[in-house]
Amino acid sequence: MIEPAGVRSARDAFTSGRTSAVEICRDAIASIERANAALNAFNAVAAERALARAAALDRDRAQWVNAPLAAVPIAIKDNICTAGVRTTASSRMLQHYVPPYDGTVVARLEAAGAVVVGKTSCDEFAMGSSNERSAFGPVRNPWAHDRVPGGTSGGSAAAVAARLVPAALGSDTGGSVRQPAALCGVVGLKPTYGRVSRYGLIAHASSLDQIGPIATTAADAAVLLTAMAGFDECDATSSDEAVPDYAAALTGDIRGLRVGVPRALLERGVDADVTRAFSAALEVLAARGAALLDVDLPHAEHAVPVYYLVSTAEASSNLARYDGVRYGYRAAGAVRDLRTMYARTRAEGFGPEVKRRIMLGTYVLSAGYYDAYYLKAQQVRTLITRGYDAAFTRVDAVAVPTSPTPAFRIGERVEDPLQMYLGDVFTVSANLTGLPAISVPCGFTRERLPVGLQLTAGRFAEATLLRLADAFERDTDWCRQAPPDARSLATARS
Amino acid sequence: MAAFSVEDAAALARLANLALTEEELALFARQLSDILAYAEQVQRVDTAGVPPTAALAPRAGAERADELRPCLERSTVLEQAPDAAIDAGFFRVPRVIG
Repeated sequence: MIEPAGVRSARDAFTSGRTSAVEICRDAIASIERANAALNAFNAVAAERALARAAALDRDRAQWVNAPLAAVPIAIKDNICTAGVRTTASSRMLQHYVPPYDGTVVARLEAAGAVVVGKTSCDEFAMGSSNERSAFGPVRNPWAHDRVPGGTSGGSAAAVAARLVPAALGSDTGGSVRQPAALCGVVGLKPTYGRVSRYGLIAHASSLDQIGPIATTAADAAVLLTAMAGFDECDATSSDEAVPDYAAALTGDIRGLRVGVPRALLERGVDADVTRAFSAALEVLAARGAALLDVDLPHAEHAVPVYYLVSTAEASSNLARYDGVRYGYRAAGAVRDLRTMYARTRAEGFGPEVKRRIMLGTYVLSAGYYDAYYLKAQQVRTLITRGYDAAFTRVDAVAVPTSPTPAFRIGERVEDPLQMYLGDVFTVSANLTGLPAISVPCGFTRERLPVGLQLTAGRFAEATLLRLADAFERDTDWCRQAPPDARSLATARS
Repeated sequence: MAAFSVEDAAALARLANLALTEEELALFARQLSDILAYAEQVQRVDTAGVPPTAALAPRAGAERADELRPCLERSTVLEQAPDAAIDAGFFRVPRVIG
């Protein structure tokens, strides 16, 4: 008998007294250690911190039995700070960096009873779409080990897909939670900009970055979001909008909800199997009572170039802090002057994708090009946002496939960054507009690679997204299908 | 259309404080040209009178009292540095002047 590996079953195992927090924690760590040689999903296992935490839960059991995430093992993307546990952003630049503090999301999940068991791989500084850009090697997709898990939160998505942990955190600057969730067959939610504190998140592009949960079901994602959302005085961009109990929104009733489909955006470049799964998913929503409408999203076709102009500009500025002085890597050997030390440190510490983006961002911000590129992109960003705002006067959610293709082969797009960027066509708009969006498993290609359905809603309408995704899960079993790896691991566990 | 020469790339790398190799400069010159050629479509959008979106912060301009709060110990911070005189309370860098 294989136990379901969700958040609630882990919690129930502890709260019912069937097992201890320490046993649950040891079990998760053992799974990770068994699977990591094949998947490379984790940069580090936080065994010492996790076991100490689990022991504390067992010791003060009465205090924790009602906690929403009691004893639930959680993996944290390695660009979110964990006190005393190495946080590398999968970069040589931060290979030995041990933060002296926890990110707010980490502290809040722990306050809700969670146990942080490890740090998951990502593309370096969360730049990429395939998790091939980690300085510590590519992550492999649990469904097909010769394929990418997506990126940049590829380690978190692979870890949840392989049922190594019930849930994980990712960060999403242009689709980095949703696209790997789609490619690995799990649920990924990017909340509204400002919904979740970014204090302790290693900054990539500050007007776009947002932290979000990855889980096997919308219900589990709802529990995580409820625990970590809300204002934080350490992040001035966090919102004081009230945090509802997102799990309470999962009624299964989606009658009358209007789901818009931007047909014009879907005419070209979408894999035939992805289109087939997407169309079938729309039928499932319609059968449950949602109304399907065509919507127009003017200027959304420019979202990818706008995103790469805006995000690289912000990244070039954010990453200026890596100078070999206060923390992180410094070029070895005798360096006579400060400028040379900076330039060598950054050349040796950053990988190729990070350097490429710093170069592009430096260019679009430089005198003479600022108006033509950066300012122009910001204006088109306004137009894209207006298009979505207009659409949301007519519909409650917009549906597209999360990714135009399923997981591609490792190495297939590495030499052609532009091709890699074009794969982000359906995800970047949610970041440019600040809107919440979710990816939920909606089928498989003929090669048995997962396909994701993406739903986007209005600002702070996460409850609508989660309700739609949960309703969809009640009528399909895609989210309950696990890759072959997970099966063998789960068997070993029981 | 922006077409980058290796010299253009070298000038950018200096601005970005990146000591790149000749191979990297040649590669990035070609790739940045390709990416910006693709991004040309943005130039064709009519944006007359459209304000730029630079930030989405819902509480823009929020203020708080400017008062002392607990923060990290100086030694804790300095321990992260690749080179520091922790007891003296300084980061150590290569000579800046003279």
